[in-house]
Amino acid sequence: MEALDTLILSRIQFAANISFHILFPTITIALGWVLFFFRIRFTQTGDDKWMAAYRFWVKIFALSFAMGVVSGITMSFQFGTNWPGFMETVGNIAGPLLAYEVLTAFFLEAVFVGIMLFGFSRVPRWLHTLATGLVAFGTTVSAFWIIVLNSWMHTPQGFEMIDGVAHATDWWAIIFNPSMPYRFVHMLMASFLTVAFLIAGVSAFRWALGDRSREVRTMLKTGVVIGAVLIPLQMLAGDKHGLNTLEYQPAKVAAMEGNWDTQPNVPLILFALPDEEARENRFEIGIPNMASLILTHSFDGVVPGLNEFVTEDGQVLHPPVAPVFWSFRVMIGVGVSMLLLSWAALWFMWRRRDQHVGRTQGHRLAVEGLPKILVWALIPMAFSGWAATLAGWYTTEIGRQPWLVQGVMTTDMAIADVPAPMVLGTLLTYLAVYAALLAAYIGVIIYMARKAAKGDDAHTAVPIHATGAMTAAE
Amino acid sequence: MPDFSNPHDWLPWAFASLMGLSILIYVVLDGFDLGVGLLFPMADRTEQDRMIGSIGPFWDANETWLVLAVGLLLVAFPPAHGVILSTLYLPVFVMLIGLILRGVAFEFRAKARDHHKALWNRLFFVGSAMTALSQGFMLGLYIMGLEKSLATYAFATLTAISLTVGYSFIGSTWLIHKTEGMLQQKSVVWARRSLWGAVTGVLTVSIATPMVSDRIFAKWFTFPELLWLVPLPILSGVVLFALWRLLQQMPKPQDRQNWLPFAMSTALFVMAYLGLAYSFYPYVVPEKLTIYDAAAAPESLWIILVGALCVVPVIIGYSILAYFIFRGKATDLRYE
Repeated sequence: MEALDTLILSRIQFAANISFHILFPTITIALGWVLFFFRIRFTQTGDDKWMAAYRFWVKIFALSFAMGVVSGITMSFQFGTNWPGFMETVGNIAGPLLAYEVLTAFFLEAVFVGIMLFGFSRVPRWLHTLATGLVAFGTTVSAFWIIVLNSWMHTPQGFEMIDGVAHATDWWAIIFNPSMPYRFVHMLMASFLTVAFLIAGVSAFRWALGDRSREVRTMLKTGVVIGAVLIPLQMLAGDKHGLNTLEYQPAKVAAMEGNWDTQPNVPLILFALPDEEARENRFEIGIPNMASLILTHSFDGVVPGLNEFVTEDGQVLHPPVAPVFWSFRVMIGVGVSMLLLSWAALWFMWRRRDQHVGRTQGHRLAVEGLPKILVWALIPMAFSGWAATLAGWYTTEIGRQPWLVQGVMTTDMAIADVPAPMVLGTLLTYLAVYAALLAAYIGVIIYMARKAAKGDDAHTAVPIHATGAMTAAE
Repeated sequence: MPDFSNPHDWLPWAFASLMGLSILIYVVLDGFDLGVGLLFPMADRTEQDRMIGSIGPFWDANETWLVLAVGLLLVAFPPAHGVILSTLYLPVFVMLIGLILRGVAFEFRAKARDHHKALWNRLFFVGSAMTALSQGFMLGLYIMGLEKSLATYAFATLTAISLTVGYSFIGSTWLIHKTEGMLQQKSVVWARRSLWGAVTGVLTVSIATPMVSDRIFAKWFTFPELLWLVPLPILSGVVLFALWRLLQQMPKPQDRQNWLPFAMSTALFVMAYLGLAYSFYPYVVPEKLTIYDAAAAPESLWIILVGALCVVPVIIGYSILAYFIFRGKATDLRYE
């Protein structure tokens, strides 16, 4: 009984840590590239609105980066403190992948972020741009390695088990395991969408506060355009990812669809309360045959059901249904609202393009065209990417249960022998610290947006010319 | 020395060396920036901004050496990683909370509204103190063979305080190098005071370590090894004396040799560390698991080693570049 308590508490603790952690890399991966874009546009055009945008977002980048680093360190220690069985069993695979992440990404990010944040007046312009690019590159490389490891846990290959310990036989197969390309693309786009809506939302907030500066227009347009372009692509990538999951982890897809029996003509369920006791859905509302169509591209395609993953002696080898089912729907719901909002915003800005205010004429988008209601709708969307990303990760991670490494080891095999009260105590402390930090983080972003909207951000007032001395702001 | 014709013999050795090196780099580098955090309450507001400026561009990369060290422990010696970290569950937890508070306070204090700044300043100190104390506590428990009893806890408390004072010491020598004027004079005073705490710590550990284990005692006090080892304490004593004299004369006219106290305290840290490493080799879990028992499969170690040998020189290269770019006296940090 105690082992179970430690298990469930450790799972909650790991889930809490990794949920908190993922929020910040999700921002820094794409925000790094967006900053690189701002930096290059400034070099190209010499227009200081790009530098003003850079300055505003680089602070949020710095804050997010620090949050990501410290919560990431926590993660790396938790493998040992709570889940020693994981490394003891698959350490020969996971170890090198994590080591490569530290070696090729962490140091790169950590060193150049110092130059990026504080080196503007100390280094040549090209080096500052390069540092910004290298930080963005580092965050992406870091995402690559961790996604490789995570994907390998879903679709393991390229190894053999000797005395209960995994040994690598083919690194190429391990790195390019079947779900990795899908997951990596899906996560990168999730990051860009999160940042797109964060930028659009914060800029909309500044706009609503009466900020009519040129950089706020540019930022808002950048956010909306990135969002509008990527959201359909993301839906396509998600669909491909789902088909890949159907092939390798059918139990997860069955839980996502809330489908109990393997059968043809499966409806796409919009709402249901999955009941694992009775092994059926209650209050089910669905569109006939749609799930079959989406998953098999045929109206009467056969879709695997959850009951297939219960062994004859009653052991359940499929994930808990309700959390997977609902996380999936939250992700889809947020995605659809992103699509509707970004396209609506794009359309209105395009329709009133003649109202464009700015240096250059003939622009194709004008923020003036946005109806007030759309501006207000964009503001709460600032953190919508977080909701979708978390929901997506819950779908895939809870969907892997009861396996820790699909088909190789179950989660309870990895647990540490730590007393439950100790895990509970640390868990509560983590939760308190994370809640406080999250509140502080969002609070500071709101405060910075207000300050910038009032125009008393010291830096925006200083004129910078691309041709002038880079020490102008010193 | 290991047998280089046998990968089962030299690979664990190579990884133990790499891990040892990254712990050492971590202790010196994060040591000074943790130390600056520990000295925070003794400075006034403008001085605090300057102190932050002296470590701002570096702290993140410094902390990455800890990630590398624990990563190497994790990947090269998985069973040891499990044993050590689940035994040190609570101190590790305290350290992590400390690192979190400190890392974010760094950023928040610069961005929060003014009346919140004092809170973040306090958290910056608290986080630094939690980190330093818990690391010292873990060091003490490790030396005591990870045994849990009242005596080992008492010893660990002592090492916790010693390491914290030691970090303050190396932090103040860093500030002597990076600051000027009143703050530099204050730093000299801090360095003079904390020097004695650091010495007490090193002495305690040096005396206690051979007492705990007959094996370690035998490693140090046998002939002819003794001849090779004697220079270590003698050299430490010489550096210590020179440092003590130097601090009496600091700051010198034209700010000459402002880097010397930091260099000498680094040397002291390195020598103390080498002594410890010699005592515990070849054990990774004291008296229980050697690096050979705990090593991961050779094919996995190979692939990491190849990567590490290619990448670590590059990392050291651009780390030096960063220290070069931000050389000289610290200024207040600006995001620009």
